[in-house]
Amino acid sequence: MKRNKTEMALIAVSMVFIVVMLIIPLISVIVNSLREGLSFYAAALTTDYVISALQITLLAAVIALAVNTFFGLLAAWTVTKFEFRGKHILTTLIDIPFSISPVIAGLAFIMTFGRMGWASEYVTALNSILGTDLQIVFAVPGVVLATIFVTFPFVFREIIPVLNARGNDEEEAAALMGAGGLTIFFRITLPQIRWALLYGVILCTARALGEFGAVSALSKARGATFTLPLEIDALYMSGQSDSITAAFAVSSLLVLLAVGVLLLRSFIEYKSERKRAL
Amino acid sequence: MYVEMKHITKQYGGFTASDDVSFGIEKGKLAALLGPSGSGKTTILRMLAGLEVPNSGDIFIAGRRINTIPAARRGIGFVFQNYALFRYMTVFENIAFGLEIQKKKKSEIEKRVTDLIGLTGLSGLEKRYPNQLSGGQRQRVAFARALAPNPQVLLLDEPFAAIDAKVRQELRNWLKDTIHRVGITSIFVTHDQEEAVEVADEIIITNHGRIEQSGPPAAIYKKPETPFVAQFIGDSAVVSNYECLNGFDSIKGAGKAVIRPEFVKVYKQGALHRYISAAEEGRVESVVFRGNHLDLTVAVKDVSIHAEYSMEEAPVAVGENVTVLIYRLYVFDENRTYLTENKAMKDTNLFYI
Repeated sequence: MKRNKTEMALIAVSMVFIVVMLIIPLISVIVNSLREGLSFYAAALTTDYVISALQITLLAAVIALAVNTFFGLLAAWTVTKFEFRGKHILTTLIDIPFSISPVIAGLAFIMTFGRMGWASEYVTALNSILGTDLQIVFAVPGVVLATIFVTFPFVFREIIPVLNARGNDEEEAAALMGAGGLTIFFRITLPQIRWALLYGVILCTARALGEFGAVSALSKARGATFTLPLEIDALYMSGQSDSITAAFAVSSLLVLLAVGVLLLRSFIEYKSERKRAL
Repeated sequence: MYVEMKHITKQYGGFTASDDVSFGIEKGKLAALLGPSGSGKTTILRMLAGLEVPNSGDIFIAGRRINTIPAARRGIGFVFQNYALFRYMTVFENIAFGLEIQKKKKSEIEKRVTDLIGLTGLSGLEKRYPNQLSGGQRQRVAFARALAPNPQVLLLDEPFAAIDAKVRQELRNWLKDTIHRVGITSIFVTHDQEEAVEVADEIIITNHGRIEQSGPPAAIYKKPETPFVAQFIGDSAVVSNYECLNGFDSIKGAGKAVIRPEFVKVYKQGALHRYISAAEEGRVESVVFRGNHLDLTVAVKDVSIHAEYSMEEAPVAVGENVTVLIYRLYVFDENRTYLTENKAMKDTNLFYI
């Protein structure tokens, strides 16, 4: 096929842009991480700080995923299957985490649950009743809350178009035959939205693993409440050449996780398109 | 009456979808709800199914008032307009779904589904998914799925709308035969009068949320009770100055008339030998070839009349003067229709006896 000059120029510009802005920086992270050799790389990834950060990151991601999948499904179902006042406002509000700076989200939680926050006395009261010492701000629960906040819209946003496009006919037919709500959901609705749901879950995971701003506002204890992005920041900011290389090593871990998630995403897209074509 | 609606009213906001609707259908009959779109026929069907709740009035099935009985326990099978087959289930799983919900034994389900697949001629397609079936096959699956739990009444919403014209004819006959074989009381919605006349034992004509007339197709065709029915049923041309036609007197208060093509016969000039005094002179305005006959538009005085013309007769051309004999008319006023025969034909009859 013969291409004209504009076409060639556009393709060239976009290729160069992607290579310069994305691929070279990411490769340089990997290259830098291996500068001091493989044994240093391995050692950098197994310090107590990094292992703790990895645990916190995975914990926050898994909880955020579970919570957001559940509430995302619930909200999407509510918005598409029922008519009620304020529905549009609700749909818009759910998008707030997309449009707001994550740091503000973090600060909002400090203002809510911090020592000055209106909710802190309830937390204290709860603690004295249960005999626990649960802290939210500057503790793991705060990190989890912040992660949930910033990743909330993904599942919801991915499912809504599918639910809208499919309509209520099949659910109505099943209900007429006497099927209950749970049966209808698991046997009719879920199979229809499973690819969109999985896609939302993957995006949610990717974002949860990489979140910095909101978590940074709520997490100040390295080795206790730091997540991987915070740990990388700490290593890098310390300024010694060793720890900068270590920062790159930990970064490469996140890059590999992200690439893995993206590959999974492409695979799912491919699968769901084939399913649709069938 | 097996299925009965009494004084049903249904409003959506300010819009009245059903206005004092009453009708009854006998057990085992196949009835059609016929009307133009927006006339409230689907609303009636959905209220019977329990998918909509009437504002007032009573619904009875088998003598039991079912207004307060939830949809799932009314013993109704419903075939949706686009079938609403479960797209992630096979043909077999689709048909078995209702039985599984009722927690029937596995062997029992298998037997019932196999029977229905046989009845609907779907053998060999059990493992297919809905998107691997043709429109006609999908309809059969929807039909079998609705019948599986042994409902008392079968409701079908525009069952032929999504099927192309060629297959439709075949499916109509099939559906009619199968429903009569199963013996289930059935009601289907349609806007296609030909379909209603051909398939149904009983037709209920709706317009603006009201029932205009109900009865067997032939009775409705021969004796339309309201002006709407007279115009809606058959290929009907409305004329306003019918009294200028030979053999028809003006009826007081009834200003308009319906002329159907089957009320009219067109002859080449000089070809008509009887009833000459009852006939009219006309001029052919258009000729359309319809495969097995010609559709003519003939201007008689100021009235434009549609007529069919046999291919066996000597051909007529546009602009040709012809003789037109009108046997009868439906004359109507606001509320009623009157069938009037050409009185000149009766008079001349005497001379020839």
